[in-house]
Amino acid sequence: MHAPVVTTGRDLRLDLFRGIALWLIYLDHIPSNVVSWITIRNFGFSDATEIFIFISGYTAAFVYGRAMRERGIVVAGARILRRAWQIYVAHIFLFAIYMAEISYVATSFDNPLYAEEMNILDFLKQPDMTIVQALLLKFKPVNMDILPLYIILLLLFPPVLWLLQRAPTWALGASLALYVLTWQFGWNLPAYPDGTWYFNPFAWQLLFVFGAWCALGGAKRLAPVLQSKATTAIAILYLGFAFVIALSWYLPDQAIVPHWLEDLIYPIDKTNLDVLRFAHFLALAALTVRFVPRTWPMLSSWVLYPAILCGQHSLEIFCLGVFLSFAGHFALVEISGAFWMQVVISLLGIIAMIGTAALVTWYKDLEGRSPGSRQKPPDADLAGGEA
Amino acid sequence: MRAHVAIGLVAVVLAAACLVAGRALAVDPPSCAVPDNLLFVDNNLNRVAAAVAKQRKLAIAVFGTGSSTLTGTDGPNQAYPARLGEALNQKLSNVMVRVASRTKAGQTADIMRRSMTDLLRDEKPDLVIWQTGTVDAIRRVEVDEFRVALDTGVEALQAGGADVILMNMQYSPRTESMIAVGPYVDEMRAVAQLRDVPQFDRFAIMRYWADEGAFDFYATGRDTGLAQRVHDCLGRALGALVVESGHLQSFVNKTNR
Repeated sequence: MHAPVVTTGRDLRLDLFRGIALWLIYLDHIPSNVVSWITIRNFGFSDATEIFIFISGYTAAFVYGRAMRERGIVVAGARILRRAWQIYVAHIFLFAIYMAEISYVATSFDNPLYAEEMNILDFLKQPDMTIVQALLLKFKPVNMDILPLYIILLLLFPPVLWLLQRAPTWALGASLALYVLTWQFGWNLPAYPDGTWYFNPFAWQLLFVFGAWCALGGAKRLAPVLQSKATTAIAILYLGFAFVIALSWYLPDQAIVPHWLEDLIYPIDKTNLDVLRFAHFLALAALTVRFVPRTWPMLSSWVLYPAILCGQHSLEIFCLGVFLSFAGHFALVEISGAFWMQVVISLLGIIAMIGTAALVTWYKDLEGRSPGSRQKPPDADLAGGEA
Repeated sequence: MRAHVAIGLVAVVLAAACLVAGRALAVDPPSCAVPDNLLFVDNNLNRVAAAVAKQRKLAIAVFGTGSSTLTGTDGPNQAYPARLGEALNQKLSNVMVRVASRTKAGQTADIMRRSMTDLLRDEKPDLVIWQTGTVDAIRRVEVDEFRVALDTGVEALQAGGADVILMNMQYSPRTESMIAVGPYVDEMRAVAQLRDVPQFDRFAIMRYWADEGAFDFYATGRDTGLAQRVHDCLGRALGALVVESGHLQSFVNKTNR
């Protein structure tokens, strides 16, 4: 990816792939959804989370890096923290929806076969603990782990961004060192009722900082490497290898993968961003940069516009996606779980995401044009989507 | 939800295989029959085979949590451990089968594995059916921790002279968006493979029943009949697995073959 440090043009590829990642996250979050077969996690090690976090790091550095250069660390830091606060509020909103859902299930569902599963509702019996722990980001229901990770990453971002602009190599090195030390010493944040964070911020920060590093000139430095045939060949080979391994998950006959290799690669640790997952993302990114140039004509065509639109309003659309996945599963349970219904729910959800993104764009245009509003520097907030 | 996809794929393939080949089904009654490929595995129960061959006795201990029990006064007799004992005693009339049920609600795999020595001492089982994972999934215990607990637990049981069958979670469509069982299902399958023990894939079997329309797991009401029928079917299916993996076919009554 080019380093748009001085240019004002948006790299629409970021919006496009973040939009697609948001759709995939939505599809993956609906349990037992046939349509989620098409998502990338079934074809290799990494999934849409990696894309989302990387691009979020990239755009955060792009947007706030410029603010830091133009208006100083205090203003940029304040804007980053405001963004973290917005995401926190969004997360708590989603938590309220989750509580509404399990409360409904608690009062309407009384099947003795599932007495044990109903223990999930114990959280309702002690709202004092549950709600406080949720506010502290320690209690996180299923599929609500990404935003807390994002919040922590943004909270720590101002000094990281400062260092990235002074000494990018050192900043990336420090990030890598933290990743290695985390693996070495098993650092993570505590969760409630027990255990640790599902996405370990000390490990996943590597992807975020790497994205930021790329945005601040790293991509330009990597360009010769990324354009080389050797890199392309290695990336293709690695993706092929990951595909074969992924295939073995679905074929009960385990003969595909020899035992020594199984011992070597498993477990593939999502919590701590396994090296295999990171490498898989890098291979995907390398091929993407190689074969989807920034000036790709399709980027301005109507075909990809819906995905780009979603990617430009990632926070709103992400939250909507989490809500829709709850609602979609609810519909599958209450109305019908048939195959066609799963396809319909999947499509309706994506259409709702596109419609909402269009609506949000309309609102933002409205506010931007309204008299008395602060004149924004051209394209700053939306460059490459929001941070 | 890798496991879901995998199970979905398996179920489709199995359904097709059944239709095409008209395969014999493993258990009666036909309403909750389980295809062989979903039930039977390659791993053997050698201690079960030896105990039955030498002593005509088989001591089984079910070590589980809430989903191994049913409530109500008649609950213990209707839950799958008792149904398993009934099924095996019917099938193997010359063998004394005793099934002890040791269940405690709310226990994670890690808590359970700590009492393996007590279990072995108290029950002296030839076979332990270890049902676990639901509590871990509810509490979102780290999957790493879950795998280690399973692994050390199975190791302890094997070292103590018992065969092991691992049993995974129930298929529970209504709580699917709140309890992510997928990663735990995957880990248990991996441990079963690594330790060469049969796994009773309760999740896949119940899902198969749901897809086939054998049971309506979406039902909201307080239907104890449904729970009892499901447990009866689980007990029979487990019995079939014990006979198959323990190579006890020669002990099965002529009338029951």
